[in-house]
Amino acid sequence: MVTKTKKPLVPRLGSERVKPAPFRYFRANSLAEAFAAYAEAEGDCTYMAGGQSLLPVLSLRLQTPSLVIDISRLEELRGISLANGVLRIGALTRHNEMLHSPEIARYAPLLSKAAPYVAHPAIRNKGTIGGTIAHADPAAEFPGMTLALNAEFEIANSEGRRREPANGFFRGLYETGIAPGEILVAIHVPVFGEHDRCAYHELARRRGDYPLVGCGVRATIRDGVATNGRFAFIAVGAVPQRAFAAEAAIEGQRLDETAIAAAQTALEQDLQPDDDSETTGAMRLHLAKVLLGRLLREIALSPSKAVEAAA
Amino acid sequence: MNMALNNTDRPNSYIGRSVTRPNALRLLAGKGRYVTDIKLPRMLHAAFLRSPYAHAEIKSIDTTEAAALKGVHLVATGEDLAKLCKPWVGTLDHFRGMKSAPQLPLAVGKVVWAGQAMVAVVAETRAIAEDALGLIQVEMSELPPVVDIDQAREPDSTRIYPELGDNVAFKLTVESGDVKAAFAKADGELEETFFTGRHTAVTMEPRAIIADYNASEEALTVYHATQTPYQFQDLFSRLYGIRESRVRVIAPDIGGSFGMKLHVYNEDMSVVGLSMLCGRPVKYVADRLESFVSDIHARDHRIKTQVAYDASGAILGVKVDDVTAIGAFSTAPRTSVVEGNQVVRLIGAPYRFRDYRADLSVVFQNKVQTSQYRAVGHPIACLVTESLIDRVGQKLGIDPFEMRRRNIVTSDMYPYTSPAGYKFERLSHEACLDGLYKLMDYPRLREEQKALREKGIHRGIGIAMFVEITNPSPAFYGVGGARISSQDGAIVKITPAGEVQCLISVGEHGQGTETIIGQIVAEHLGVDRELVRVITGDTDVTPQGGANWACRGAGIGGETALQAAKKLKQNVLSVAAAILQSAPGELDLINGQIVNRSDRVERIPLSEVARISYYRSDTLPPGTNPQLTAAHHYSPQGYPFAFTNGVQACHVEVDAETGFTKILDLWVVEDCGRIINPMLVEEQIRGGVVQGLGAAFFEECRYNESGQLENGSLADYLVPMACEMPDIKIAHVETPTQDTELGAKGCGEAGTAASSAAAMNAVNDALAPLGASVSQIPMTPQRLLKALGRG
Ligand SMILES: Cc1cc2nc3c(=O)[nH]c(=O)nc-3n(C[C@H](O)[C@H](O)[C@H](O)COP(=O)(O)OP(=O)(O)OC[C@H]3O[C@@H](n4cnc5c(N)ncnc54)[C@H](O)[C@@H]3O)c2cc1C
Repeated sequence: MVTKTKKPLVPRLGSERVKPAPFRYFRANSLAEAFAAYAEAEGDCTYMAGGQSLLPVLSLRLQTPSLVIDISRLEELRGISLANGVLRIGALTRHNEMLHSPEIARYAPLLSKAAPYVAHPAIRNKGTIGGTIAHADPAAEFPGMTLALNAEFEIANSEGRRREPANGFFRGLYETGIAPGEILVAIHVPVFGEHDRCAYHELARRRGDYPLVGCGVRATIRDGVATNGRFAFIAVGAVPQRAFAAEAAIEGQRLDETAIAAAQTALEQDLQPDDDSETTGAMRLHLAKVLLGRLLREIALSPSKAVEAAA
Repeated sequence: MNMALNNTDRPNSYIGRSVTRPNALRLLAGKGRYVTDIKLPRMLHAAFLRSPYAHAEIKSIDTTEAAALKGVHLVATGEDLAKLCKPWVGTLDHFRGMKSAPQLPLAVGKVVWAGQAMVAVVAETRAIAEDALGLIQVEMSELPPVVDIDQAREPDSTRIYPELGDNVAFKLTVESGDVKAAFAKADGELEETFFTGRHTAVTMEPRAIIADYNASEEALTVYHATQTPYQFQDLFSRLYGIRESRVRVIAPDIGGSFGMKLHVYNEDMSVVGLSMLCGRPVKYVADRLESFVSDIHARDHRIKTQVAYDASGAILGVKVDDVTAIGAFSTAPRTSVVEGNQVVRLIGAPYRFRDYRADLSVVFQNKVQTSQYRAVGHPIACLVTESLIDRVGQKLGIDPFEMRRRNIVTSDMYPYTSPAGYKFERLSHEACLDGLYKLMDYPRLREEQKALREKGIHRGIGIAMFVEITNPSPAFYGVGGARISSQDGAIVKITPAGEVQCLISVGEHGQGTETIIGQIVAEHLGVDRELVRVITGDTDVTPQGGANWACRGAGIGGETALQAAKKLKQNVLSVAAAILQSAPGELDLINGQIVNRSDRVERIPLSEVARISYYRSDTLPPGTNPQLTAAHHYSPQGYPFAFTNGVQACHVEVDAETGFTKILDLWVVEDCGRIINPMLVEEQIRGGVVQGLGAAFFEECRYNESGQLENGSLADYLVPMACEMPDIKIAHVETPTQDTELGAKGCGEAGTAASSAAAMNAVNDALAPLGASVSQIPMTPQRLLKALGRG
């Protein structure tokens, strides 16, 4: 079956319509096939899931692999399931399913709250959660939110499988804990508890654009007191970031204006965004503070599931 | 607010009705035929190697490896094409003293903007051509780029073209009355500097061209995504030395143009030469990244202003210093100074002050050229004027509506000549202002604004009046020696079955020209609209004309069609009279039937007249020569331009913490004279408004210090999208021009003309209680935060 990669199915993709440099295309039917094809090409290749980040990269000739291995049909990467208080989301779960899945809404609501901000419907129909995490755009919504969720990534290679926590997984710009040739199989998310609350918001110039700043927060709120706050920011640097100092500022506190202001001030220790051609770092930090304040007010006011159930 | 139009109950009465577009089904069904869809036998594809530097010398070009690539037919350099194509210069005589360096299809010796085409490859496929580009070696040595407008004018600045002396393309002073005296007697004055961002058209269909040179008859056929096929017939003919009658330019379906598709582009000129060299058809379609670095940009201005006013809020005088940077060349054939010229001439146009002075400087820099883009100069002039009116009003505590009522040119003042020399036949500022006041329910909005402010919600209301230049006579370009026609031609003919074809020089790019021409012909000939087919855009087929620029399709093209249809009707009636032994004056043509003029009794169908004329002329009385084809040409006479006018209002909510603005509403009351199709007028207005709001909030070509465009992709260059756009409510006032029988003026640029200004006034109204204001577009969150002291 590996020999298939030598006989191109489509000899020259894009030849009439231009753009990508010539490459061969191979559709893998199992993880084993995918790994074999990868080995065969000696790394001069790339995996493709939904293609929504990869195809632009190829079209701009930023990458010129000689082989594209399509992993979008791998059954092993599909499905959403719940076991032992952990939600397992298959890497091929499309953004659109993330938006509409009742399981995601119930057990990992921060992801369904972030989903409407991910691109546009056409892209959400194709793009996958695994693809966006592997691609690791620092402004992408889902990768950042895995930090607030304390998610774990299930990664496969030709030897077997391993787990890696989200915290520390995003190493640098477009750089993750997935080693060359490895495939992200699933995301594991501890389920949302009875007293947990979360909110997501971002500031984007246009609906569906990557934001200037985005933030997701979750915390457990019991009798008005917040614990286990986890705040994740996107588009504030080379990687999505947790805001540990700001989190600490609300630990064990009532979410009143004093605590919120303290968290906003503490955020200065967490985030040091750089200037870019359009936006200064100071402005991004300012926006991050505004967002954090709004989100904390939102979760302070929003009823938790326990309250909802009692009502 | 619509005045009574025609009697719309008459048979074949179409003018004034929102009839649908005959081409809509074809386009929606995907049956459009754009240049990209056209494949000719033996067709090759071109790709261009572009300069990575904004300013550099080309030391050497090695094309050996590229030429050897399988599938490559030709690699051509600037020198190769310079042997075939004469240089062109983007200057016109009526802009006295203006200068610009000659241009050639491809760069020769040096490059003057990042993205300029240097080498062309022609290959079997576009992919092969692009692969070959990677094999070309160009040795270049960088020169200091001229990027900033002030730097460009400094005495020791690098000269982009030393032979021109300096980097100043054109200077103009417009002066009227005694501005010094006006300032001397004023109760108050204020000054403000405005910045408008360089932006670009972003048509859905990019530029596209196929050139097919046939050496055996020395003939050239060009399929061209252009607004002006006749203009290019002339240009290809003159620059390549091909007889004009043998140059055929076909403009098939066009996916948007907005003024961007009527300029001379290096790639387009190259493709003609490449076809001559290869002896085969050659196609080039710009991709989106190429569009950003090679389509014209527009509206890069810094406008310093001073305004003098009295205690009653009357504007007494205005001083303007406008500096605009146009790139490394002035664009041919219309020049790149028209925009600046129109800025300084349109400032203050709706208002009655007489004392005015404006200085314009147009400078070169190492960026892609700017030139005419929808509403040329209008949005800038309008932004400046309307912002000044509001700022004075704010100083004096006078409401924006009241400020305008006190300062506009009123209906008793026409005909009126503006300080800058524009002649207004009759405008309807009062009626438009009154209409807008009601349409937006101004008092209620102000109350709501006040109530919300108490809750910390900052809403703003902004108003902007405009005049728009339409129906241009030869005074626009012709007088300057440009071979750009201000007349149009129509041929209307009856087919043997009694149906109608109208061949006309104005074209269809999505705006609905074919629809309105069909309406006019059907109504004035007296046939069902379904029977009229309109044919445009082929210099071998359609009559000579100006085609589409500066808002002229309805006003000039429409009048041409009207007169041609009337002529043809007379011809039909005289044949019918011969057949019926009646007199033409006793007959009429209604709904495809020849009827008695007196009692409308049907006498003979048009189809029967046509059948007899074409097949049985032997049965006609001797000496009857049926002329069932009529041609007519029309060029504006009387006023040099017809001016459309109107007023817009914008309603926004500013998030003072983030600097983000939500556009809540936009209203337009416009007067484009006789309305042929209200739906199409409203579509034009809405599309135009969106482009103006794009400029106000989103669109900007950002360059760095080395002259590189930093956001040349649709991911980074933000065009407005549906989610960000408000509902746009429109009302009409109709003041037909008396210069034509049709009475129509243009409306295509009206939306764009004032929406940026209305938006800026709205944002400033929202910011006013916070002590902040902005004077630069686009009004990005970054700029608003900075204005709020939070950047
Ligand atoms: C116009 C546009 C707007 C967009 N806007 C947004 C936005 O607002 N927010 C946002 O988050 N995203 C946005 N995206 C990106 C989109 O979400 C992508 O779909 C996503 O980033 C990648 O998912 P994919 O499945 O398409 O991956 P692909 O494009 O197929 O792959 C991306 C990269 O990940 C690798 N990869 C994919 N799957 C795996 C896997 N399972 N294991 C290991 N490596 C893998 C590939 O090799 C490739 O390098 C936008 C995209 C477009 C085109």
